[in-house]
Amino acid sequence: MLLTLTTTHRPATDLSHLLHKHPDRAQSFTTSSGTAHVFYPRADEEECTVALLLEVDPVALVRGPGSTLTQYVNDRPYVAGSLLTVALGSVFRTAMNGRSQSRADVAATPIPLTVRVPVLPHRLVDQLFTPLGWTTHITPLPLGDGDDSRYADVTLTGTLTLSEALKHLYVLLPVLDGDKHYWVSEDEVDKLLRAGEGWLGAHPDRELITTRYLMRRRPLVRSALARLADVEEVEPEELDNALVEPKMSLAVQRREAIVEQLKQVGARSVLDLGCGGGALLRALLEDPGFTRIQGVDVSANALATAARKLNVDKMSDRQRARLTLRQSSLTYADPDLKGYDAAVLMEVVEHLDPDRLPALEHSVFVVARPRTVLVTTPNVEYNALFETLPEGRHRHSDHRFEWTRAEFADWADGVAHRRGYTVTHLPIGPVDPERGAPTQLAVFTLVEHSSVED
Amino acid sequence: MDLKIPDLCLVVLIGASGSGKSTFARRHFLPTQVLSSDYFRGLVADDENDQSASAAAFETLHFVAGKRLDAGRTTVVDATNVQRSDRAQLIELAREHNVLPVAIVLDLPEEVCLARNASRPDRDFGAHVVRRHRTALRKSLKHLGKEGFKRVHVLHSQSEVDEAVVVPERLLNDLRHETGPFDVIGDVHGCRAELEDLLVKLGYALVRDDEGRPVDAVPPAGRRAAFVGDLVDRGPDTPGVLRLVMGMVEAGHAFAVCGNHEQKLVRALRGRNVQVKHGLAESLAQLAAEPEEFRERAVRFCDGLIAHYVLDGGDLVIAHAGLPEKFHGRASARVRSFALYGDTTGETDEYGLPVRYPWATEYRGKATVLYGHTPTPEVEWINNTMCLDTGVVFGGRLTALRYPEREVVAVDAHEVWYEPVRPLVVPEAEREPDVLALSDVTGRRFVETAHRGRIGVRPEQAASALEVMSRFAIDPHALLYLPPTMAPTATSQRPDVLEHPEDAFVEYRSAGVRQVICEEKHMGSRAVVLVRKDDGGVIHTRTGRAFFDPPSGEELLARVREEVTRAGLWEEFDTDWLLLDAELLPWNAKAAGLIREQYASVGAAATGALGVAVDVLARTASRGVDVGELLARTESRRANATGYRDAYLRYVRPTDGLAGVTIAPFQLLAARGRTFHDRDHLWHLDVLGRLEGDLFTRTRHLVVDTADDEQVAAGIRWWEDLTAAGGEGMVVKPLANLVRGDRGLVQPGVKVRGREYLRIIYGPDYTEPENLERLRKRGLGAKRSLAIREYALGLEALERVARDEPLWRVHECVFAVLALESEPVDPRL
Repeated sequence: MLLTLTTTHRPATDLSHLLHKHPDRAQSFTTSSGTAHVFYPRADEEECTVALLLEVDPVALVRGPGSTLTQYVNDRPYVAGSLLTVALGSVFRTAMNGRSQSRADVAATPIPLTVRVPVLPHRLVDQLFTPLGWTTHITPLPLGDGDDSRYADVTLTGTLTLSEALKHLYVLLPVLDGDKHYWVSEDEVDKLLRAGEGWLGAHPDRELITTRYLMRRRPLVRSALARLADVEEVEPEELDNALVEPKMSLAVQRREAIVEQLKQVGARSVLDLGCGGGALLRALLEDPGFTRIQGVDVSANALATAARKLNVDKMSDRQRARLTLRQSSLTYADPDLKGYDAAVLMEVVEHLDPDRLPALEHSVFVVARPRTVLVTTPNVEYNALFETLPEGRHRHSDHRFEWTRAEFADWADGVAHRRGYTVTHLPIGPVDPERGAPTQLAVFTLVEHSSVED
Repeated sequence: MDLKIPDLCLVVLIGASGSGKSTFARRHFLPTQVLSSDYFRGLVADDENDQSASAAAFETLHFVAGKRLDAGRTTVVDATNVQRSDRAQLIELAREHNVLPVAIVLDLPEEVCLARNASRPDRDFGAHVVRRHRTALRKSLKHLGKEGFKRVHVLHSQSEVDEAVVVPERLLNDLRHETGPFDVIGDVHGCRAELEDLLVKLGYALVRDDEGRPVDAVPPAGRRAAFVGDLVDRGPDTPGVLRLVMGMVEAGHAFAVCGNHEQKLVRALRGRNVQVKHGLAESLAQLAAEPEEFRERAVRFCDGLIAHYVLDGGDLVIAHAGLPEKFHGRASARVRSFALYGDTTGETDEYGLPVRYPWATEYRGKATVLYGHTPTPEVEWINNTMCLDTGVVFGGRLTALRYPEREVVAVDAHEVWYEPVRPLVVPEAEREPDVLALSDVTGRRFVETAHRGRIGVRPEQAASALEVMSRFAIDPHALLYLPPTMAPTATSQRPDVLEHPEDAFVEYRSAGVRQVICEEKHMGSRAVVLVRKDDGGVIHTRTGRAFFDPPSGEELLARVREEVTRAGLWEEFDTDWLLLDAELLPWNAKAAGLIREQYASVGAAATGALGVAVDVLARTASRGVDVGELLARTESRRANATGYRDAYLRYVRPTDGLAGVTIAPFQLLAARGRTFHDRDHLWHLDVLGRLEGDLFTRTRHLVVDTADDEQVAAGIRWWEDLTAAGGEGMVVKPLANLVRGDRGLVQPGVKVRGREYLRIIYGPDYTEPENLERLRKRGLGAKRSLAIREYALGLEALERVARDEPLWRVHECVFAVLALESEPVDPRL
């Protein structure tokens, strides 16, 4: 990966003094991310260009200890990201800090600068660099099939001190790339605040920059924004719109409707089939009326997340005894699901291919066979009322289908008839007179028969 | 003195301290069969005499005993057991595990017990303890039978103890020594005429009495009939059926198990208060016309019927209402109840009849189970079980199954003898599919394969496969096979390549394989094609996902079906379905996203970055600054990047929907009743080469004798030409297909990939000498082992499909392949 930096300040060769790198020699430095080469394609009175080229070992990148890459085929050796900025911060450290013994005045003076980064993910370049006084010139790189790739050859021009320019690059290149080649920990916050001093607090996209720089690690982002607010003397909330809770979401309404239904039918033992991260389980645990709760998901990862979010390992024995988390699949018969008062399938059926629904029907209505089954699923008629949802698109990329109210009723009535249940339908969320509610709920109730002898 | 005990039972020793129970147990049973309370006290408390540990000790003992009984192992409990409450727990334990409890009492004189205890320093408790034990024992003695012990043996003296011999006896249901062949006959329900028809059709010779009534039927040589119960009720001639079947059973020509109707008839004839319905009235009326003597004989016969039989070494079980595996060969009220009535859910259907839990859908046992009880319009195999009740009395048919031939023989009812409460024909939608159970696939599993023995699947592998299978794979009914992964050839030691054909030829030659076939490796996506003659089928990926959404998939399959029909393959293989192993082309038909995100993006970044780098380095060099080495290196990398870009672009060609999509089939995997891995690859390519038209791409190939230098050289040239022209490479397979060597299965194929192609696997710069050097150290062992295990599992799946085995047996192999795929093996191999 490569970056060049050019000035037309007179004498332009002052750049080499500021950088402490001789203009007529190519120098190499071993950095933690590879071998950095510094050389000058041009160095005279009118113009001076320095090039920083980082060579990484592509094999070691994949096979080295702590490697997170799984593919030899990857863009890391070419894209200006954290690998390059680590080298930049180490090779040009003095200049980045704005210190210079021989040219202290030049170091403190804004000078005309041009930065070229030949391969950079370009989506946010304009948005992030323009507010800092840069003019951007972006030439997207072609994919080869007629479309452009997400990378561009980017040129930035502006009049800034060299230190500012380097700090901008140091922070923003990894932000544009959206990735880091090392584990982001607490000291990353210090690095960001140091390199962002004097410009980040006033940047209109500081939350975006902070969030992406810290790899979306929430606690770190919160800490960074709080400290940034302290430095800039503003309220942290003002900086952090992203952390404000939206008003009661459809998901919350769904959970409340389900808990309400479960209470109405007097269910004490409840199966949450497809519990995911455990949002409904949390609501069930909060109500001591539910004495036995089993969360089931097909994804072992989802169950681990649920266990973490519900703090299962810190629960009291009494709480712990109420909850079971198990991996299972609704397309396989699982006798351990027998013996519950109620089963909930909240936003689950639409994640199955239609031809697998009979298997689900058998697992839930024949094998588990609780007294009550609650099924929620999107009402596709309502989709037109979601402003952000393009026409014809599902609400989630994994939805295999989304049903109209009639289609859902058709399926539910068939199941109820075949399996000896009755079914009623209820809306969840705001009801549109024409299109109904965003979520539809079906309540199945087992028809009790008296037992007779053959 | 012979102490008879059932073959499988829970033996409860009863006797005071010092009565010699442990010595007796040691003499008559294996050390592992005997669970002594002293031992368990030691286990939980480090002290065999610590009475405070008794509760924990017994709890542990009962747990271990339960596990042993589950596994069908006779178990002896060595404790005083003089208290009724202690014995009650053991009787309950035996019942819970459906085995018979047996008591052996050592009722020895007090002085013998005291003397024995005196010789043991750890038993320093007083004589009052022994006295108390003996009092309790004497009080119990005459109630032991009532308590529930099936057999009670009491030994009163040391000489009786010394002379005792424990003699295991077969259970009444144990006919494992009867190996058939059998003709198993479904519910007769008093349809004597149809029974005569059926027996004649089966080749039996009817024997008639003076009045012309059949009283026996002589089977064809070596065969025996077996009735699954419900001989009586509803039909026109219950006495006639009984007369014939009783005669056959008494003559040793038939076995019969008890049905719920026999059970109820006995109760009615004995004057018990039973509800006279479901056709019982007819039997009672018909029997009333028979002489008293006949009625008595009939009652004796029906009352003596056993509820189920285990036959043919344990491979065949007959029971009236079927029987799950855990009840086979067991004896308890619960087992009998299941065998007679089945597993009712306690609910009733709209006709007021009990809803029966479909136990057969969950059956996973080894034994074939034949039963009746629930009338069905057509017999069908469900997990190695078959219900033979085809409702003859309701105007259906009387059905027999020839075992072990598995041939169905049936005769039609002469008329509707009895109107069914519920229509005989069950609507299609209400039939249960073959249901797969979670326990068929999860946890630690072993799959027995014919070609490589037991193959293990770890729980975490199964867990990740469960998610993929449940969320993304097609319906298991259509997922009969997943192809194995393929290992590359041994890493070449040549300076400029990682893989070379020479190593593949050498490998097969040293494994004793002379003839190999080199097949062009198509750069596409592996596809398994299931095509059915009438309609349907599926094309799926190597992880079981459908390639196309229904409309496109149907269209593609229709074109395949048309060609198969035209080529006459349905008739040639006498089948209505075919399973093909193929490659689906082009690569971007299914991998367009991957190519854009991964390959093309890297290509854009690499050529962009390196182009500018060469440019600035050249300008630097022109200033006289020494960047020579770096410039040369960067130029070389730029050339690599270009080569990389060319490599992936070569495999991308425009498609629009199905236009441009082709299939390159290279192996015929299976058809109805057969597999083809014993046919050589030329045969496969020849048969599949008969599929013509734009849809099919041919697989170029070359046969090479690995011991012939000239042919080996020709094989190498073939590969060089293929890859120089942009080909991905080739696969080298033993020509004969399935080959076993000295150390088991030989790799079914190894891939030899082209030098340029490997850039898109190992990265643009892999050909740089220092990179090649390191990449040569790649380990192939895990990949090769995985390839063989998946191959064996795939073959096993196909063979089970061909044998028409239950779905779960096929699915466990297919699932195991997917589970093994989650093993962390270098994805570049």
